[in-house]
Amino acid sequence: MKIIACIKQVPDSEAKVKADGGQISWGDAPLVINPFDEYAVEGALQQKEATNGTVTAICIGPETAKEALKHALAMGADEAILISDPALSNMDTLGAAKVLASAIQKIGADMVIFGRQTLDNGAGITPAQTARLTGYPMLGLAGSIKVNERSVTVERVLEEGKQIVKANLPAVISVVQSIGEPRYPSFMGIRKASKAEIPVWSLSDLGISAPTEMIKRDELMTPPARETTVEMITGESPAEIAEKLADKIIAEKVL
Amino acid sequence: MKTLVYIDHFKGAVQPSSWEALGVAKKFGDAVAVVFGENANDVAKSAFEYGADEVFVADDSALKDYLPETYASTLSALASTLNPNLILFPTTARTRELAAMSAVDLNTNVMTDLTGLEANGDSFVATRPIYEAKLFEKVNCVGKPVMATLRGRAFPKPNQEAGKSGTITKVDAKGEAKSTVEGYSASESAVNLGDASIIVSGGRGVSNNPSLTPPAGLDEKQSEIWRAQQGFALVTDLAKVLGGAVGASRAAVDAGYIPYSHQVGQTGKVVAPDLYIANGISGAIQHLVGMRNAKVIVAINKDADAPIFKAARFGVVGDLFEIVPALTEAFKKKLGK
Repeated sequence: MKIIACIKQVPDSEAKVKADGGQISWGDAPLVINPFDEYAVEGALQQKEATNGTVTAICIGPETAKEALKHALAMGADEAILISDPALSNMDTLGAAKVLASAIQKIGADMVIFGRQTLDNGAGITPAQTARLTGYPMLGLAGSIKVNERSVTVERVLEEGKQIVKANLPAVISVVQSIGEPRYPSFMGIRKASKAEIPVWSLSDLGISAPTEMIKRDELMTPPARETTVEMITGESPAEIAEKLADKIIAEKVL
Repeated sequence: MKTLVYIDHFKGAVQPSSWEALGVAKKFGDAVAVVFGENANDVAKSAFEYGADEVFVADDSALKDYLPETYASTLSALASTLNPNLILFPTTARTRELAAMSAVDLNTNVMTDLTGLEANGDSFVATRPIYEAKLFEKVNCVGKPVMATLRGRAFPKPNQEAGKSGTITKVDAKGEAKSTVEGYSASESAVNLGDASIIVSGGRGVSNNPSLTPPAGLDEKQSEIWRAQQGFALVTDLAKVLGGAVGASRAAVDAGYIPYSHQVGQTGKVVAPDLYIANGISGAIQHLVGMRNAKVIVAINKDADAPIFKAARFGVVGDLFEIVPALTEAFKKKLGK
């Protein structure tokens, strides 16, 4: 089975992200594979093992995004492809989905796996848009994946409970954390990844033009700094502390 | 100005933020509610009471279960006929998919998880958090119709006018299903952290009650989970007395203490309730990004150096197994419950 894992590179969660002259800056914080996408790679590798398949990791981004792909290779992906083009510098989710859908069709896949959202934009709609564009069924927020010949069954983790959904392959699946802890890159994996030549595809390699940006940013804002002085509540007994704390909370008028 | 409002419900239970979306639509002009699936007629009645001018209902058997493809095709067809300026959704797992797919059909795009939305001539300016709410951006959608999902509790909920009614128009399901629902298991209680105004959470610390003796015959891991369940029972009691939802840290979920649907934080739910009480949660950055926009944060932890205190308004250094039940009792008394 041919599996594609779609990943993105984002600034690390610890990064102090700021608006700097209308641009987003994260200082010298490292760029990492989107944490949600580590689950996508993990889910893809589980299916590779279950079906004796292959995993191709793909990523849209600048040259530096090869590092995120190398992480996927080190985890055990078989190959990686970077899609990079100066014309993609202003791209919304639909644009990303159009580019990914073209790449998926060019590579060919039985299963396409995404993380549920990215840490930066956080919209979480690219998987469903990619599914719509490819015409593949969308199985969102999967906590487990089971393939049986040409069909796939996933357990969706929803607010209301768990839903078992079945579809024919090829399918687009987004995964959540319940899929399993992403494996650590092995020593051999890291060696292999460091030597890997990652091909770079441009829009002309995909035979498409730059997608129109539908969502345009007008302004960036830094949220107002929060007053975070903590008031410690102390007392002689748990009952006394609880009494004081309850009064403090009631006085905040949030109940 | 005409706005379609997608009312999201699961087996007839409406996501309350759907009504908030109706309120926003009314601000701009005509609000046309759209309800799909089973029990759509009951939901339609409520939609009028929350201010819908008109309701379109598709309760076709093809829409009995939520499936993104058929729901999206039905919505896209309706939008093509009604030609609205704006389509609004509450932000839920379903609407993210549905809106995403409909936007592909209608050649527009979706602005997700909005905390603000203003009309600007024929268009709209939306405010949304990015980078885990470290930044906010103002965006506009150049496609037509403009599509947007609204963050729960970010907009006021309109008053319900009992008995208000109007015209319900039936529409047919469109599109082809690409998957089938084979089964469903409900959570013990639906976990709706996004809409909760109060969240009481537990972390790894809830399993550390030394005074408890697990039943005989449990191995070490089972004993730990048993202990944690006793701890979460205290957290749940406090949540109940406050009318809140139960949250958890990732450490508690990973340790198997509580299902993933309760998880607050980077890879779980990002929430902004009025009150967040963190019990036995140390406050890793991945948890903090999920709850630091709560209005009032209370931290109860035995470790005075726990980073959670840096984010808190009120803190107690102490044994949660003593403090939490005492707090539950104090609220019972003070709130007359």
